[in-house]
Amino acid sequence: MESQPNKLAFDSGWAYSPAPESTDHVHIDKKYDLFIGGEFVAPVKGGYFETINPATEEVLSSVAEATDADVDRAVKAARKAYRGAWSKMNAAERGKYIFRIARILQERAREFSVIESLDGGKPIRESRDIDIPLAAAHFFYYAGWADKLGYAFPGRTPKALGVAGQIIPWNFPLLMAAWKIAPALACGNTVVLKPAETTPLTAMKLAEVIRDAGLPPGVVNIVTGAGKTGAAIVNHPDVDKIAFTGSTDVGRLIQRAIAGTKKKYTLELGGKAANIIFADAAIDQAVEGIVNGIFFNQGHVCCAGSRLFVQESVADEVIQKLKDRMETLIVGDPLDKNTDVGAINSAPQLEKIESYLKIGQQEGAEMYQSSCPVPKRGYWCRPTIFTGVSQSNRVVQEEIFGPVLAIQTFRTLEEGLTKANNTPYGLSGGVWTDKGAKIFKMTQQVRAGVIWANTFNKFDPTSPFGGYKESGVGREGGLHGLGAYVRLEPQS
Amino acid sequence: MSLSAVPASPHFPDLSRVALVDEVGVNERVARFQSRSIKNESKNDALKLILSMIDLTTLEGQDTPGKVRQLCQKAMHLHDAMPGLPHVAAVCVYPTMVSVAKKALGASGINIASVATAFPSGMAPRHIKLEETKIAVAEGANEIDMVISRGAFLAGEYGYVFDEIAAIKEACGDAHLKVILETGEIGTLDRVRRASVLAMHAGADFIKTSTGKIQPAATLPVTLVMLQAIRDYFRETGRMVGMKPAGGISNAKLAIHYLVMLRETLGNAWMTPQWYRFGASSLANDVLMQLRKQQTGVYQSADYFSKD
Repeated sequence: MESQPNKLAFDSGWAYSPAPESTDHVHIDKKYDLFIGGEFVAPVKGGYFETINPATEEVLSSVAEATDADVDRAVKAARKAYRGAWSKMNAAERGKYIFRIARILQERAREFSVIESLDGGKPIRESRDIDIPLAAAHFFYYAGWADKLGYAFPGRTPKALGVAGQIIPWNFPLLMAAWKIAPALACGNTVVLKPAETTPLTAMKLAEVIRDAGLPPGVVNIVTGAGKTGAAIVNHPDVDKIAFTGSTDVGRLIQRAIAGTKKKYTLELGGKAANIIFADAAIDQAVEGIVNGIFFNQGHVCCAGSRLFVQESVADEVIQKLKDRMETLIVGDPLDKNTDVGAINSAPQLEKIESYLKIGQQEGAEMYQSSCPVPKRGYWCRPTIFTGVSQSNRVVQEEIFGPVLAIQTFRTLEEGLTKANNTPYGLSGGVWTDKGAKIFKMTQQVRAGVIWANTFNKFDPTSPFGGYKESGVGREGGLHGLGAYVRLEPQS
Repeated sequence: MSLSAVPASPHFPDLSRVALVDEVGVNERVARFQSRSIKNESKNDALKLILSMIDLTTLEGQDTPGKVRQLCQKAMHLHDAMPGLPHVAAVCVYPTMVSVAKKALGASGINIASVATAFPSGMAPRHIKLEETKIAVAEGANEIDMVISRGAFLAGEYGYVFDEIAAIKEACGDAHLKVILETGEIGTLDRVRRASVLAMHAGADFIKTSTGKIQPAATLPVTLVMLQAIRDYFRETGRMVGMKPAGGISNAKLAIHYLVMLRETLGNAWMTPQWYRFGASSLANDVLMQLRKQQTGVYQSADYFSKD
């Protein structure tokens, strides 16, 4: 018998040996230029910035910083391609190019997975099993729509918008590029895309894929840089549409900047999703859902289930089981196939998360972290939960974008619902119960774009995704995602 | 020998509080265990641990004393060409073969498990089951693998099933009791969970998935649900209960996935033959071949490993 009779121990005995994914097959250039008009070109003013591996803090490559002049060049190339080959091309032909991108991505999936984990810090298990396959799936899905747009909008004629400016975040670099590029191309638009400054590498590899797929020059242009580069895209007068995924603060800036212009826009912004566990849920599986909801991709997920609401009568059990489960999470080398939680994406993001850990404790919340060892170098945050918090705590109200969960209890369905909706955000939510009627009631009344029942963080190209309230405007994915890239005219 | 840490005093559980199980979620969790990559030392250690956890089994109508003696020899000498190997945990036979096994195993330290209670169907009157259990123990079995009355369980006669397990437990005396749920017959994961709770409260020292005579036998999802039931029972009562998946685990890779699941569900305390067993007949040789491959880098012919 153990000394502490009712305690489980996961910290000794048989342990998993390191199982690192090989990087031999991956080639990363020392320097990446901008991808404009079908070729890689140096920035006009010649600036480059470094991109690092957040797990080791080692420099991976240097990437060009696009200024206004480069963005202008990219938009001109996109406009030229739009007026030229792309808008005149038969839609089925356009679809073929997108299919080709999808197939090359699948063929090079292993290489993309490794680079995604190197540059962004996410576990190889996720980049291999989720990010890259899902990115390819989006291209496949929208490729199929290219010559069937008429069926998507019966009775009306969908027309391309023109040049789409797309700005994507660092949490799912290639996947977000796919979410943006695939529907834009399927609908006949051309693209200027800016990846996030901390994770530009898979976008530059995607540029190679696009070149190898033989897309007409200028149909997709990829410009790297930080906020200024993004602003140059947003403010460029010849861009017809802005698609942005990122923080609510930047989303507001974009809305302000394009107010009064004829630019269309979709914004996919922050979230603080409620994950609601009823007493009649399958508790062990719900605990898995909590873990998947908040620790997936280190919590760098806009739809993360970062607010947990547990019905009072099972709260102790759920928290106990969650703590046990957290002890079995392996935090460390993103390239190790057994890693569950990888590196925090960047030093500033780690700083932000750590500031919230302090705030939570200062506000009187009880903090619990798993006891796993973390590497000395790199940016790391142990899986963390806060209990003893209420709706007025900042860790409950504000998006932390890290592996940090705030736990509250509720007694009645109405109380759970009120608390769940008491947030400026509305991107996603989760409901856990064995009762179908309760699932319908909750999914109808939780104000969020996506609600998962007895699961969490499930994505599919056929399913629309997007927010209510301050979580954004418009939908991406599925049939709805096409609507964001077309102008509908009466049937001729 | 006494294998259970705290003696169980049977009390009928509150079945309204038995946890619900969501099959989709269970399958997802199982997929995660299967995505673990076990290499190098961790693989070596796992393979040896698996050998030490095997209940080497022969349960055929055509079993003979000679066959049982062969099995016992294998149990004690898995592969003497590779020094440093553990012996298996137990040999599992029918009651009529217990005395043969006892003589063959001598003071090897290998336990003798006997199935009882009209294995595999359990379709016999209770007094026959009790008598059979007592005979097996008297002949020298120190572990009894009983089957639950699935008919009664499926009919909702939980009290009957509970009483029967408690009575068999009493008939076992010092021998420790493994309760076979025959999960391939009880069907849903919710019922697996419920049967696990019944068996543990009635005094089971181990709960076991299957007889091996019904398909499907042990599966990863069923085993996960049973491990979670063991964990919750332990949290509630402080008593550890062992787990034995049996049937269908015939290769080392799958057995390693079972160990991963055990480690991440119950933790280190259960990672010994005292608390975890594999009921298997052909698993040992595949594990031995894998161990050999770990040492030499190449697979040897199956002809180098004794088939008993």
